[in-house]
Amino acid sequence: MKQVFKFGAVVGTLVALWIGLLLSPDLPQSFSLILPFLPVYALVALGCYGLGMVGYGLMVFPTCPHESILLQKDIDEAKAFLKEKGVDVAYQ
Amino acid sequence: MEKDSSPPRRLYSILIPTYNERLNIALLCYLLFKTLNDLDVDFEVIIVDDASPDGTQDVIKQLQQIYGDHKILLRPRAAKLGLGTAYVHGLQHAAGDYIFIMDADLSHHPKYIPSFIRKQLDTNADIVTGTRYLKGGGVHGWDLRRKLTSRGANVLAHTLLWPHVSDLTGSFRLYRKPVLEELVKSCVSKGYVFQMEMIVRATRKGYYIAEVPISFVDRVYGTSKLGGAEIVQYLKGLFLLFFTT
Ligand SMILES: Nc1nc2c(ncn2[C@@H]2O[C@H](COP(=O)(O)OP(=O)(O)O)[C@@H](O)[C@H]2O)c(=O)[nH]1
Ligand SMILES: [Mg+2]
Repeated sequence: MKQVFKFGAVVGTLVALWIGLLLSPDLPQSFSLILPFLPVYALVALGCYGLGMVGYGLMVFPTCPHESILLQKDIDEAKAFLKEKGVDVAYQ
Repeated sequence: MEKDSSPPRRLYSILIPTYNERLNIALLCYLLFKTLNDLDVDFEVIIVDDASPDGTQDVIKQLQQIYGDHKILLRPRAAKLGLGTAYVHGLQHAAGDYIFIMDADLSHHPKYIPSFIRKQLDTNADIVTGTRYLKGGGVHGWDLRRKLTSRGANVLAHTLLWPHVSDLTGSFRLYRKPVLEELVKSCVSKGYVFQMEMIVRATRKGYYIAEVPISFVDRVYGTSKLGGAEIVQYLKGLFLLFFTT
């Protein structure tokens, strides 16, 4: 099944639930007041989730400064070998 | 009586696209041979160079003198035709049953090759993909803008595509040859999106994908090409995959 349909199925289920709630009688009044705005809340929540995930991802972004030192050593070793073999390793 | 119970030896083809990488390709070959000669596996290096004006091919010919032209195969093309088709081209010349794909710019360090091979043998995976975003992996040398772009792209892709792979745009991977051949045929995008398309289509086709952590040090020499155009291309690719896979 195409991803757009899977995604649509999830969205469709949520919308169906919402419509079911809209049509159901005798809900507590406080709830039926916010009910029409639920989709807006959901969208805002999704946006916040996305931004939060990006922010969290940035905070825990895995870095490896040590690897760059190791790589520099490997580069020096390689350059020494290649120079000895007569390969041009000048960088302009 | 000769008794040989060991399985036939596997050949690994290592596919490397280059464009203006005269220094990097020399350094990379040294590190590749250093790692792989210790490992006792059969391998060949296939370099697809797109007529680099900086003399990359001259350096490759010198490397062939050192390591042998049966070990380093130069399969050049006449013009800069892009990454996606470079893989197709290289693949046509690959004799191996297993294909490594890696960049020439030393962001993909050959020292991880043994862990890819071990992972593949342990799990019998169709694809082993290097990930920067799991424990043991990491990135060095990106500024905040680059990190933000990467995280944003990742969150968007995971929300829309549910791919089960932590690092979609990494391109250091090991494939079974028939799997790569099939994927390359079904992929339509170019540039950055290509890597993502390959791995997303692979999950949809039900291939088993294993991950190994790698560290990624941004290129020391030469220039990369990530700009606004690539971001637009990425978003287009994302929607293409959303609707067609
Ligand atoms: N053959 C070929 N190689 C390319 C082309 N564009 C990039 N490459 C190579 O592909 C690899 C990744 O490119 P790079 O610019 O480092 O991309 P980035 O690391 O994603 O920014 C490097 O080995 C490049 O030399 C191309 O048009 N043709
Ligand atoms: Mg690079």
